[in-house]
Amino acid sequence: MSEISRTAELTRRRMLQGSVLALTAAVGTGVLAVAGPTSKSATAADLGENDRFDESYQGRRIQGRPTAHAGHHGAGVGYTVLIDGRELHMMRNVDGTWISVINHYQTFATPRALARAAVDDLQGATLVPISVA
Amino acid sequence: MAVRKNQATLTAQEKRAFVDAVLELKRLGRYDGYVDTHNYFIVNDSDTGERVGHRSPSFLPWHRQFLLQFERDLQSIDPNVTLPYWDWTVDRAANSSIWDADFLGGSGRSGDNQVVTGPFAYGTGKWTVNVRPDSRDYLRRTLGASVSALPTRTEVETVLAMTTYDAAPWNSSSDGFRNNMEGWRGPNLHNRAHVWIGGQMNSGMSPNDPAFWLHHCFIDKLWSEWRRRNPGSGYLPVVPTANVVDLNKPMKPWNTTTPAQLLDHSALYTYDTGF
Repeated sequence: MSEISRTAELTRRRMLQGSVLALTAAVGTGVLAVAGPTSKSATAADLGENDRFDESYQGRRIQGRPTAHAGHHGAGVGYTVLIDGRELHMMRNVDGTWISVINHYQTFATPRALARAAVDDLQGATLVPISVA
Repeated sequence: MAVRKNQATLTAQEKRAFVDAVLELKRLGRYDGYVDTHNYFIVNDSDTGERVGHRSPSFLPWHRQFLLQFERDLQSIDPNVTLPYWDWTVDRAANSSIWDADFLGGSGRSGDNQVVTGPFAYGTGKWTVNVRPDSRDYLRRTLGASVSALPTRTEVETVLAMTTYDAAPWNSSSDGFRNNMEGWRGPNLHNRAHVWIGGQMNSGMSPNDPAFWLHHCFIDKLWSEWRRRNPGSGYLPVVPTANVVDLNKPMKPWNTTTPAQLLDHSALYTYDTGF
């Protein structure tokens, strides 16, 4: 069984277990490129060396770098963003914009804008590894 | 027949029954499974790979089935409970009654955006956020802070008038009703309401906020309305398509239900009014 189908099966089992009875019975982002009706939609730029960054933002260290592998979600490009050394789960849309697990319904033009928006949302909190199984 | 009602019309007793059933699912440990499942799909659904719950034609039937499972779970606690819906074209203010302390509670306080009113405030001891991407275990909201306004009636009408259900490449770049409803294109309906609420609702673990169910119930109602207005338009694609759920393909994680089986909800529940 592949990793993906294994985790899908685990998720399915967990969800079914969680609902067995039912089944048997029947801010601060104004300066950033934020897509939305009040601002111009984020437009994506091609990734280049400029998209490698390592800086301090609001007291947090944010880093971003292209990665050799394409990522488990098959979004066509590998990229990693770290906040104080911890990975921010992220994904690229087919139009080139970016979303993260923190801002999942909001698109950003660059990984740096995405990382800064996550720092704004976190208000000092630490990222923890997320379960995808 | 179960009737799903506009949350603004619920009696105090109906609100209490809904809240109590949700809290009981949480206490029993069953609620977090829904958060986990939603997050699993949202981080794995991708524009160029397999996609089931989001950014794909099955966004609407997948959430219909997800809501049905949750509603049946609530009904195992209290058989009289049905999912209410939140018509954000009408109840569009941060002080609308949906956010009162007798229902979902209000926006987060300044400083940490923690919700401190209502039955889901951390201080009640009954609503700890367990499935999360960061260290914070309290419910957060920033009503209206990240985007100024919820979608308008006019914007919804624009999307309901789109006669094609969905279109290739069947993802976040598609034309058609589904993607405009989801919000990756056009006036931005569904995605924008997640952003407007903020906090966990803007994250992949959005079902941590009970507002998730009322928001998605309204999306479900709008799909129902679109079908009523466009009887000649059906779910697409109808033929097997790579990485995408076609009309007759069972959807994960249930693997038992196809979009075709979910198009007509009238045998399962009805809505109190049209849009």
